[in-house]
Amino acid sequence: MKTFQGRVVVPGRVSAEALVSHGGLNTLASFQKALQFGDKKATCGDQNNPDLYGKQMAGKALCLPQTIGSTTGGLVLYCATSMGRQPACMLFSNPIDSLAAAGAVLADVWLEDNKMPVVDSLGDEFLDYVKDGMNIIVQEGGKVMVSDPF
Amino acid sequence: MEYKVKLTDEQKAILDGSRGETLAKVMESLVRYGELFGATEMVPVSSRYNHLVTSFGLKALGPVYELMDKLLEAGAFSGQKFTVDPRPLDPKVPTNIAQDVVFKLFMYSRQKDYEEQLADLGLLSDNAFTCTCYMDEVGNKPGPGEVLSWSESSAVVYANSVLGARCNRNSGIIDLMGSVIGYVPKFGLLTDEGRKADWIVEIKTEKKPEAQLLGSAIGMKVMEDVPYIIGLDKWLGNELDDEACTYLKDFGAATASNGAVGLYHVDGLTPEAKESGKKLIKKDAKTYVIDDAELERVYREYPVIWKDPDAQPKLCFMGCPHMSLQQLKDWTDRVEEGLAKSGAGKVSVPTVFTAAPDVLEAFEKTPYADRLKATGVITSYICPLMYMNNPLSEKMPVITSSNKLRTYTSARFYTDDEILEQITRNRKGGR
Repeated sequence: MKTFQGRVVVPGRVSAEALVSHGGLNTLASFQKALQFGDKKATCGDQNNPDLYGKQMAGKALCLPQTIGSTTGGLVLYCATSMGRQPACMLFSNPIDSLAAAGAVLADVWLEDNKMPVVDSLGDEFLDYVKDGMNIIVQEGGKVMVSDPF
Repeated sequence: MEYKVKLTDEQKAILDGSRGETLAKVMESLVRYGELFGATEMVPVSSRYNHLVTSFGLKALGPVYELMDKLLEAGAFSGQKFTVDPRPLDPKVPTNIAQDVVFKLFMYSRQKDYEEQLADLGLLSDNAFTCTCYMDEVGNKPGPGEVLSWSESSAVVYANSVLGARCNRNSGIIDLMGSVIGYVPKFGLLTDEGRKADWIVEIKTEKKPEAQLLGSAIGMKVMEDVPYIIGLDKWLGNELDDEACTYLKDFGAATASNGAVGLYHVDGLTPEAKESGKKLIKKDAKTYVIDDAELERVYREYPVIWKDPDAQPKLCFMGCPHMSLQQLKDWTDRVEEGLAKSGAGKVSVPTVFTAAPDVLEAFEKTPYADRLKATGVITSYICPLMYMNNPLSEKMPVITSSNKLRTYTSARFYTDDEILEQITRNRKGGR
């Protein structure tokens, strides 16, 4: 098991299975189809992202460098959270980008029920280490523990 | 909760609920958003108009419309009139029956309601739907140093780089909230330091680089950093004339969509580079050299995600971002010349040129409009991205010279010359 320390963007504790994108997450391309056509698993629809395409994002600990793409990104993330199709948490190796930050903050301020802890600045080593299927535990204060699957 | 952002008494009062719970939440959203980027204060939005990215009544975005209803119920209207991205539907653009059903009944079933919401919130006019709101014909063109609360990546990068305005790459909803409250957090591209270049990009091509390819190459390399581009004025000159602005519009959109660029400087051409020159470059800036081989490498590495890579194109989109008036005229000449060369009477691939409604109205008043119509090209105000972003359209072999459309959809990128050859090819034989 390895522990990484990041910065808290949205506080919270959660435990989930890792899903890793080594490239930037194009939020609109990834979530649009899932939101549009009632896919509760939020299967990633971004054909340009070989790490995530076709994989379930809802309920996973989504590990990524940053988000990219359309400035609708924040509101797409807000909608995914509002509809209960958000990842269990989002863990950024880089400092968070403005679009993901908007989505994370909007969801935390305006939504009562569905919460998604977000931690950023976990460092490149975090993204090098974590692999799909690993166990992730997010603790208060931005501590992220990564271990092999049980 | 204590914030590091310095707030005025008025801003603190709003945050504490002096103007109601909804506006307090709007302020909280903006302050927390700014805190993440080390914002020092909340500064007034000083542009005349705002620009929003969310133009589409997409069923999937229900929670956004509910949030907008909350703002309206609380009387939290936009403090500025605003333009907004293009409409997602236009009956002039070819669709099949299945697409009609999916577009109207499933995807954009909330379009009418949403446009009513936009009107209530402060939409500038019925024609205000375009991603190129800064065109003279549209009139949402901020001046140097003005502080904006815009979104739409291609418009933000143009406003920062070509117009010298100051705007961060805001997300949808945040854009509206800045306008509702009248303040935005000061960080990043709103600060002098944040506008300094992290990269020197040296252009060493033997011919004028294709705007969309060059923007793509730079965007993918520098991501969200600020590039200072040297050697491009050799091809664009030193004045921001119509041709240079059109080039920078397409170039910037590619940097913003293939990466996340919000500002670039072009040595000897863009306003801040002209004023401050190489002083804008940070001491530890990295260097990226671009020659013809590098552009060729970038082009060849684009994935082709059509099921059948050899499929005949069924549609061609030009104008993402929307075309300028001069671009429409130039392309009329080019299509006519291409057809004359090939001996084809009309374009052999259904082709749509998109532009702002106001630009299209101006174009219709010129003799070029009838000439373009005679080639078979359709003009439209549609957003090609919104047309393409669904499972039916993504199966269609669509071609484009927009690197933004390529990035977000299954549309296949070709250079301008290649597009021209494809759409004017005589597929029935002849010359």
